[in-house]
Amino acid sequence: MDWVYQGVLSFIGTASFGVIFNAPKKTLFHCGLVGMCGWLIYFAFMQKGVDAVFASFAGAFLIAIAAHLLSRRFKTPMIVFSVAGIIPLVPGGLAYNAMRSIVENDYVESTQYGAKVFIIAGAIVMGLVFAEVLMQLVFRAIRKRKARMIKAG
Amino acid sequence: MIEIAQEELAIDCFLLAGRLLIQSGAETYRAEDTMLRMASSQGFTDAQSFVTPTGIIFSAGHKRPTRIAQIASRTTDLEKIAVVNAISRRLTSGAITVGDAYEELLRLERTNLFFPVWVQLIAAATSSGCFLILFNGKWVDVPSAMAIGAFGYLIYLAMHSLTRVKFFAEFTASLFIGVAAMLVLKAGLGAQLDKIIIGSVMPLVPGLAITNAVRDLMAGHFVSGVAKGMEALLTAFAIGAGIALTLSF
Repeated sequence: MDWVYQGVLSFIGTASFGVIFNAPKKTLFHCGLVGMCGWLIYFAFMQKGVDAVFASFAGAFLIAIAAHLLSRRFKTPMIVFSVAGIIPLVPGGLAYNAMRSIVENDYVESTQYGAKVFIIAGAIVMGLVFAEVLMQLVFRAIRKRKARMIKAG
Repeated sequence: MIEIAQEELAIDCFLLAGRLLIQSGAETYRAEDTMLRMASSQGFTDAQSFVTPTGIIFSAGHKRPTRIAQIASRTTDLEKIAVVNAISRRLTSGAITVGDAYEELLRLERTNLFFPVWVQLIAAATSSGCFLILFNGKWVDVPSAMAIGAFGYLIYLAMHSLTRVKFFAEFTASLFIGVAAMLVLKAGLGAQLDKIIIGSVMPLVPGLAITNAVRDLMAGHFVSGVAKGMEALLTAFAIGAGIALTLSF
């Protein structure tokens, strides 16, 4: 039951972000799907008790792969799909806690929260970059193989 | 004489494409790449371009003068990026001429592709509500988070069109969100202050600036990457300052 409403809500939330970022109308559905995939992976890892840093990395990794495949299919820039998708992974709660600790003059705690925010943001970024490099390598290999097949055949 | 006019038109066309891309929030390498591809398809094989978030320098070759395009403002408009991309694809594949492409780009510059404001507000409301639950909020808080999220986004849009200072608009919007969430809690309509605030603030999060900063840095565009990273950081700071101010009462 948890999974169903987590999936539906992350889908609607990400698609709404597609509207705010003015994604093309025919891609809104796919924007939502990308966000849902990323969030469900993140949620699955969190349920298993994995650290939020790795869960965010895995979510962002999947988002970038899905966005890359969709951008090839629609022949539109990849960021159309990935920008809205990463929004659910943004560590808003931790950033809020960091801010609240500063207001309460508890700088030690705020540094801890702040460091966590930076590490998670870094993990999201690393996920996006790794996936993109991987996809480029895969597609280059496919192109090479096709060229060789044409030469041979 | 006619040839020179034709060349000028082509260079205007490339610059306009680059400017529209940056204004809509595209990555720097995409703008450079698009301009160079368009140029080489029209026979400007030794063209060079240098793109930053605030301006474009484009040189079409040795004998031709170098041109500059200024970029005053940037928004997030993914559809415009997709349309410019489609026009440049058609130009490079030879489906349309430079004149046609320039006409289409000029028309695109004038059209407003954004969703109507009320649709954007509904989207802000639904995203606030959804993220409240995703971040372990309670269902009781959903209506207040949706209302506050939509009003906060409306204030952001209004302040932005009024003052043209993005960070001030974000600050006032998040200040309003914080105050409204506190009032809701005082009136006994909400359960968790922090979750309502986190959910309602979501529509203001600088998602595009973060992703673009990283992609630019990875592509080696350090000037643009650092500039955009700074933009994301300033936005985060503006939001945080607005919330912090309300919490300090």
